[in-house]
Amino acid sequence: MTITVNLTVNGQKVTRQVEARTLLVQLLREHLDLTGTHVGCDTSQCGACVVQVDGVSAKACTLLAAQCEGANVLTIEGLAKDGKLHPMQEAFREHHGLQCGFCTPGMVMSALDIVRRHPSPDEATIRKELEGNLCRCTGYHNIVKAVAAGAKAMRG
Amino acid sequence: MAEPAPAPPHESAWLHVAGAAPYIDDLPERADCLHAAIAQASVAHGRLTKIDIAPALALPGVVAVMLAKDVPGINDCAPIVAGDPILAVDEIVYAGQAVAAVAATSLDAARRAASRIKIAIEPMPAIVTVDRALAVGSFLTPSQTMTKGDAADGLARAPRRLEGTLRLGGQDHFYLEGQVAMALPREGGDMLVLSSTQHPTEIQHLVAKALGRGFKDVVCEVRRMGGGFGGKETQAAQTACIAALLAWKTGRAVKLRLDRDVDMTLTGKRHDFRIDWQIGFDDAGRISAWSVDLAARGGCSVDLTDPVVDRAMFHADNAYYLEHARIAGHRCRTHTVSNTAFRGFGGPQGMCAIEYAIDEVARALGKDALDVRLANLYGHGSRDVTPYHQRIKDNILPELMRALETSSDYRNRRRAIAAWNAAHPWLKKGLALTPAKFGISFTNTFLNQAGALVHVYTDGTVQVSHGGTEMGQGLNTKIAQVVASAFALDFDRVKVTATVTDKVPNTSATAASAGTDLNGKAAADAADKIKRRLIAFGAEHFKVPPDRIRFTAQGIEVGTRRLTFAELVGQAYMARVQLWDSGFYATPEIHFDRERQRGNPFYYFAYGAACSEALIDVLTGESRILRADLLHDVGNSINPAIDLGQIEGGYIQGLGWLTAEELWWDPAGRLRTHAPSTYKIPTARDLPEDFRVAFWPEANHADTIHRSKAVGEPPLMLAISAWLAIKDAVAATAEHRLSPQLDAPATPERVLLAIEDLKRRAKLPAEARS
Ligand code: FES
Ligand code: FES
Repeated sequence: MTITVNLTVNGQKVTRQVEARTLLVQLLREHLDLTGTHVGCDTSQCGACVVQVDGVSAKACTLLAAQCEGANVLTIEGLAKDGKLHPMQEAFREHHGLQCGFCTPGMVMSALDIVRRHPSPDEATIRKELEGNLCRCTGYHNIVKAVAAGAKAMRG
Repeated sequence: MAEPAPAPPHESAWLHVAGAAPYIDDLPERADCLHAAIAQASVAHGRLTKIDIAPALALPGVVAVMLAKDVPGINDCAPIVAGDPILAVDEIVYAGQAVAAVAATSLDAARRAASRIKIAIEPMPAIVTVDRALAVGSFLTPSQTMTKGDAADGLARAPRRLEGTLRLGGQDHFYLEGQVAMALPREGGDMLVLSSTQHPTEIQHLVAKALGRGFKDVVCEVRRMGGGFGGKETQAAQTACIAALLAWKTGRAVKLRLDRDVDMTLTGKRHDFRIDWQIGFDDAGRISAWSVDLAARGGCSVDLTDPVVDRAMFHADNAYYLEHARIAGHRCRTHTVSNTAFRGFGGPQGMCAIEYAIDEVARALGKDALDVRLANLYGHGSRDVTPYHQRIKDNILPELMRALETSSDYRNRRRAIAAWNAAHPWLKKGLALTPAKFGISFTNTFLNQAGALVHVYTDGTVQVSHGGTEMGQGLNTKIAQVVASAFALDFDRVKVTATVTDKVPNTSATAASAGTDLNGKAAADAADKIKRRLIAFGAEHFKVPPDRIRFTAQGIEVGTRRLTFAELVGQAYMARVQLWDSGFYATPEIHFDRERQRGNPFYYFAYGAACSEALIDVLTGESRILRADLLHDVGNSINPAIDLGQIEGGYIQGLGWLTAEELWWDPAGRLRTHAPSTYKIPTARDLPEDFRVAFWPEANHADTIHRSKAVGEPPLMLAISAWLAIKDAVAATAEHRLSPQLDAPATPERVLLAIEDLKRRAKLPAEARS
């Protein structure tokens, strides 16, 4: 069965005909060519697919596209403005919060959600809140530093 | 040589944070692209009696099904010794083995079709564990023994002796990007394969053989991997070959991306080991004899098990001088997935053996384990010959460990922990400081070669290709730095391309931590040739002696004149000077005679040490690392931020291996922990609360690129300190009167069992306790 979904992605209104069982991550990657949102596990464990839906972080491999009807979705591609990185992206680059980079988009999106809930997160909070995002390369040390620095930059 | 410029961030950092660094699954698909899926066997050992593909072919969207009999060339993707069929022929040798592959117009259709293929298997008895394989004499290749002195005699004469059996678990690589490949047919049946691989040359070869073509007809390209850790050294081949075979069969592009469960059941992992050891020593804790049998679960085929067990044997001395040593390595054949390379490549298992034994020695003598370690380290100029008879010339561990002892405040913390433990019955702390000495070079000497290609363009920008692959370790960043510094250019004037077999041929895998050592030297060689030509041109053209031409950050000084690099190369081009060249490097001074187990397999050693403090909950067995101090030797760091990342990431990955990640096979030989729901890699919460990492400030004694040292694997072994700190905390539950048995991974369950075992032993009469 195909259905029509209407939503806003990175500020653009989009309408697509999709199979009813299409996941949000499939809509983004396969129908909208937004491949910065990665798939690491397909089962809601790794966090590589984290995006924002109406301002709140969500694992795009576990949401149906249909559940996002009318929603405002923000992906990693929507963060940089006019070739300028978002302060959280800049912090990950600056603080070497990445190695292979596969987890990075999900990490950055989760980091924004941490800042939404804790504008000045301390290290312990960041570590706890990042538990849903796996990284196999970095050992997390620089990711934690990047989130703290990004949060600070966002406070201005 | 020009000073290296300040270290830049990872060359793809901007792209990564913007979500604009494509992995294979992110690339645009050709209009004809099909998706593939694999049908796997569910039995560990048996005879394949029937494969019914009709239900798969009947599904809409299914274009082709591939079986072993359809392979036009050689149906084998083994790296060295044949025995890894791409698709099973008549015998099933592990649960999860690939039997058939499907190509369909959508991924969903391909996976549905694969699940409908009916595979009939007549089960046969399966050998699942190392113990069983040892009992029945099931081996992949002959056992090897390395000897120095006379271990049996040394043990007999030693004033004190201990022995034991240790078990170390395996580890799944859990690269965040699973195995993936896309095969694109080209004119005349040629094939381009995009593969997430550490070894593009091997993919080129194996795909060509599978298709029955020459190596010249196949090109393999890898831009980047989403993590490798050894898991994409040989294990990428099957995915690439299946994609290529289906592309050959259908004449269409084919993409195969394994989902996590398939990846974990299909592909090899770190070898688990059973280790039987005996150690002889005196009352001062000085070791005189060491005898150890290292038995690895190799799985169903040879793959890289031979060199992995070799490396375990090479590291069963770790950092310690052994007058008498007997080190035997056994490669067990089992009906489980074929185990493979994983960061450290057997080295960590060898080191764990002796570090565990030394911990036992210290407990038997009532000494601090650090003192026993310090008393047994290799010396300078004496006590410096390894069990494989290589003399160690660059030992820095005595100084490095003393420095860490001080900077980590080891002695005071040891006392403080004892006092704390006395006051806390339900929580216990433990402390351990362990060294790591890791031999650098492929132990198969011929692999220690590399090539590179440097193109200087007429606008003064430079492109570099080399045989190494980028998996997040920052290799391309370092190579770009090396070439930029050769020409004294800004980092952003140099671009490192994707690794492609038609640019640099006959490459070795990016492995053994040797990526920068080998490819950096090759790239520097190429840059040097071009530079020499530019200097010769400049000298003649501007009529100055060659030594008056200097490459500086401000431009090229030619006598009193100053030109930009672009101006010089522009003029050289007009004078018909070749502005590109290839470079080559072969590591000098290394050799090894495997028959006699003697030689100089390593060009140099990388050193490090770590001090970890653990906290355990006596009632639940849970553990945490409260503080870790790492002091690691990277020589002259080409890029300190990247090297720091390797050290931190390596320690945490080692921590996962030794404390949390559990591969659990059921008695029938099926892996039951095949997804992150049950297989737990470290999260941000597992980071030590207080994590301090520092470099040892000393250049490499060997003539490596910029006098740096390899850093990919060695730091993983620093996590041995965390495992032994947990053991120390367990021992504290019995006031250190008994030594616990603590196999790895030290999961909460194992910690609890170890505590219970101590309680049981404490009730026994004194002489029966050990
Ligand atoms: S792919 Fe969504 S959480 Fe792993
Ligand atoms: S950087 Fe590789 S998984 Fe995080």
